Amino acid sequence: MFSIFNRAASAQMKAFSRKASTQAGSASNISNKGAAIAASISGLSAALYSYQFGVFDEAFASGLEEGLHAPHFPWSHNGYLDSFDHNSIRRGYQVYREVCSSCHSLDRIAWRNLVAVSHTSDEARAMAEEVEYTDGPNDQGESFQRPGKLADYMPAPYPNEEASRAANGGALPPDLSLMVKARHGGADYIMALLTGYQDPPAGISVAEGMNFNPYFPGGQIAMGRVLFDGLVEYDDGTPATTTQMAKDVSTFLSWASEPEHDDRKKMGMQAVIVLSAMTAISLYVKRLKWSPIKTRKLVYNPPK
Amino acid sequence: MSFAQTLNNTLFKRNSTYVATIFVGTFAFGVGFDVLTTSIWDKHNAGKQWPELRAKILAKGESDDE
Repeated sequence: MFSIFNRAASAQMKAFSRKASTQAGSASNISNKGAAIAASISGLSAALYSYQFGVFDEAFASGLEEGLHAPHFPWSHNGYLDSFDHNSIRRGYQVYREVCSSCHSLDRIAWRNLVAVSHTSDEARAMAEEVEYTDGPNDQGESFQRPGKLADYMPAPYPNEEASRAANGGALPPDLSLMVKARHGGADYIMALLTGYQDPPAGISVAEGMNFNPYFPGGQIAMGRVLFDGLVEYDDGTPATTTQMAKDVSTFLSWASEPEHDDRKKMGMQAVIVLSAMTAISLYVKRLKWSPIKTRKLVYNPPK
Repeated sequence: MSFAQTLNNTLFKRNSTYVATIFVGTFAFGVGFDVLTTSIWDKHNAGKQWPELRAKILAKGESDDE
């Protein structure tokens, strides 16, 4: 990479010296100095570039190493005053429960978190009771099984990381609780990834057990395409297309990693209104109090 | 008696009424501001929030039971 800059610098130097040859000797000295400065600046910026972004290597030029940047999708919660679409959160939870949760855990979300967000307390309690939790110790000092309650956290599909890797060909399905915050692009990335599965283009070979997805860094992902049209049946009658399910589950995961989102935006609006009113008042009061000082006139009558 | 004079005599003149005015005024402003901003927020996000979804769920649950 440095060679490009050095070539540019030496070309500059040549241009300087050619110009200098037609002029007086002292001018040639100055322009040589200028060329040296230019060369050192370009060398410095090259060093800075490689320090910040890594050394540019043509072998890594396919663009797949970082993954494609996800497009910006028009989420219903994009604007400064837009809340989450809770209908979508409810559908997204259904997709997570019926599809994603067979491999991905969601261990920072408890059943109680769904109450008054996507489910009524009766619904959430009924869903929790379907799951058996280990509790204890009892009077004999032993652990026992009991049905879940609202305070329990979502059950994980695998007891530990090793079991999870063993069941998925060595790949670890990550926990999804904070996934929207954990990935560059957030919900856009998850949406693009879930809908981005395709056949590998010519010239790109995909390893055994891997799938091609241009949005995943490296282009190869162990998770296969899971969302297909009509996979789940929404109870509100929305047609369950692949994109609809991907959108709903991305919205659900956005909520899971930012449950305070709606309150935050509403309080932000209130704070901006109050603080801008207070700023306007304080500016007015300042002008009011300073006006006698600003408008007074000092007259100096020199002694005669 | 002008409005400003009435205001001064009834609310601001005595310290007891002045302090009471500030306390009551603060409370009233807090409630009023909250009602106003909440109505703006709810209007802007109509159809997306939990109370509307809850009404939908309950209506559906009742029709299923029948």
